[in-house]
Amino acid sequence: MTRGPTWFNITSLVAGFAFLYLPIVLLVIYSFNESRLVTVWGGFSTKWYASLLQNDQLVDAAWVTLRVAFTSATLATVIGTMAALVLVRSGRFAGRSLFSGMIFAPLVMPEVILGLSLLLLFVAMDTARGFWTVMLAHTTFASCYVAVVVQSRLVGFDKSIEEAAEDLGCPPARTFFLITLPIILPGVIAGWMLAFTLSLDDLVIASFTTGPGATTLPMKIYSQVRLGVTPEINAVCTILVAFVTVGVIAASIVTKRQQAQRERDERAAFGAEG
Amino acid sequence: MPWEDPDQAPFIEFRNVTKKFGDFTAVKNLSLKIYKREFFALLGGSGCGKTTLMRMLAGFETPTSGQIFLDGQDLAGIPPFKRPSNMMFQSYALFPHMSVEKNIAFGLKQDKMAAADIEARVAEMLRLTKLEQFAKRKPHQLSGGQRQRVALARSLAKQPKVLLLDEPLGALDRKLREETQFELMAIQEDLKVTFLIVTHDQEEAMTVADRIAVMDKGELVQVATPAEIYESPNSKFVADFIGDVNLIEAKVTEKSDAGTRLTAAHDGFLIDSDQVTEAAVGDTVWFAIRPEKIRVTHGQSGPDAVNRIGGSVWDIAYLGGVSIIHSKTAAENVFRATFANISRIVEDPITWDDQVVFTFDRSAGVILAG
Repeated sequence: MTRGPTWFNITSLVAGFAFLYLPIVLLVIYSFNESRLVTVWGGFSTKWYASLLQNDQLVDAAWVTLRVAFTSATLATVIGTMAALVLVRSGRFAGRSLFSGMIFAPLVMPEVILGLSLLLLFVAMDTARGFWTVMLAHTTFASCYVAVVVQSRLVGFDKSIEEAAEDLGCPPARTFFLITLPIILPGVIAGWMLAFTLSLDDLVIASFTTGPGATTLPMKIYSQVRLGVTPEINAVCTILVAFVTVGVIAASIVTKRQQAQRERDERAAFGAEG
Repeated sequence: MPWEDPDQAPFIEFRNVTKKFGDFTAVKNLSLKIYKREFFALLGGSGCGKTTLMRMLAGFETPTSGQIFLDGQDLAGIPPFKRPSNMMFQSYALFPHMSVEKNIAFGLKQDKMAAADIEARVAEMLRLTKLEQFAKRKPHQLSGGQRQRVALARSLAKQPKVLLLDEPLGALDRKLREETQFELMAIQEDLKVTFLIVTHDQEEAMTVADRIAVMDKGELVQVATPAEIYESPNSKFVADFIGDVNLIEAKVTEKSDAGTRLTAAHDGFLIDSDQVTEAAVGDTVWFAIRPEKIRVTHGQSGPDAVNRIGGSVWDIAYLGGVSIIHSKTAAENVFRATFANISRIVEDPITWDDQVVFTFDRSAGVILAG
């Protein structure tokens, strides 16, 4: 047995990470480029970040995106959680497999088809397209993801905990908010975050379902890039990357801490018993 | 005893209760009366319907037919959160996101009890279950035995008319389980609440309960005190299910008002019993005799001997206080007798392959219908 990394391991690690992160690193570096030309390094500068704030179109797009992501993630969390509860709890009912299949289908359905069908629906309903249609479209597919995440949390849930609450005099609806929701909350929050991120970076469905005045950031970036990449775009993307990275790291630190705390507590408890 | 008094009104009554799950009948037309302040045990193997019976009383299952009364009130249509019973769950079902005291206070808060009263009651429950020092802990910071006590405190906090215990000690190790059994009995005597316990562990049922209902396939087989169930089982099933027993297949050969004579089907020895059986001469019955009611001595015995079974020692299990001796008859039937190890040193100990005789009294066994 060889201890420590071999040359093969190191090489594949470096190659793998380079493959994944080199483009992003380049993007970040060029966002600090003094030069207007994207591919020519002209010295360090943060001026594109300053000019970004002056770019009303980009700021507006970012604002629309955040509003869409926040609203649709929240709505999708409510719908997805309810769907997960029905799937896990109601046991066997006629059409259960059909229902669960239909909930998971959008996960594998091509986005183009989803976007197109939503567009057709909105046109048929004669709805003015804009913020609300994008938001509803995002809610539609994000709720499937939420249902999957919450369902995994619910599968390990001891139903007798709810029965105990009812037995102690708590009506079912209150039991859900006092007992069930706090216990599955980590799953619900994870589902919300997933829905938020999915909405944040969706281009295809948003393009199909949006209308005037509701251009999302990914759409804006995409349309600008077609006219040529400007360092401003790099700056926007860098901010997005930072946003996501900080979010992911914070979430994993919180989870790790909780886990460690729990393990310490359990050790303490059993130590005291012995 | 309240169950012997015909004028006594039952506190809990199941009247012709049936529960079906699809094609499966979990409880079959069952009627049962439980009296106030009883410690009553439902005993049976898994799938015998005992838990379903308890869950119907708690309101988690609805009877397919029949009625359930608690303190004179028909429970039909009353949801679990309005029933005056509380349940202690097998998994304890503690609320993982609440501290011990919040768990205990939960039921009281649902009743909109004043904060000061809740605090006093929680403190009382913590004292009763010796959990004072763990009040602020969360369930995952407790050991199994402590969790079990939290579950008990929580279900007792509302001072229910009846406490339902679903396999309450199943998850504890043997020593802790025995201690807890006695604690449960002390608490029950202290609070004077009616306890209904569901268990598959016959020792547990016999230790804690005033009366036991033995269930099989959704029906009651026998309802009696632990001693009656052990000494006078009413069927082969009960005799076999409770404790250790030798079941001997035999034919009724003579019967009178003074007793019955049986002939063992395979070994031909005779059994004289003072029990007057309903079986007719020639019927096949089962003679049940507990191993501790048999004496073991060295010796030989022929096929026509009365209340004497000859055989050779096939196996001995030394358990310390007693030894269990397995003896094989000429017809290859194995009978068990326990032998109390009264002396430390025995001059002529019984050992493997010895010829031994099992003898017993006329009143030692029970004749059961075939």
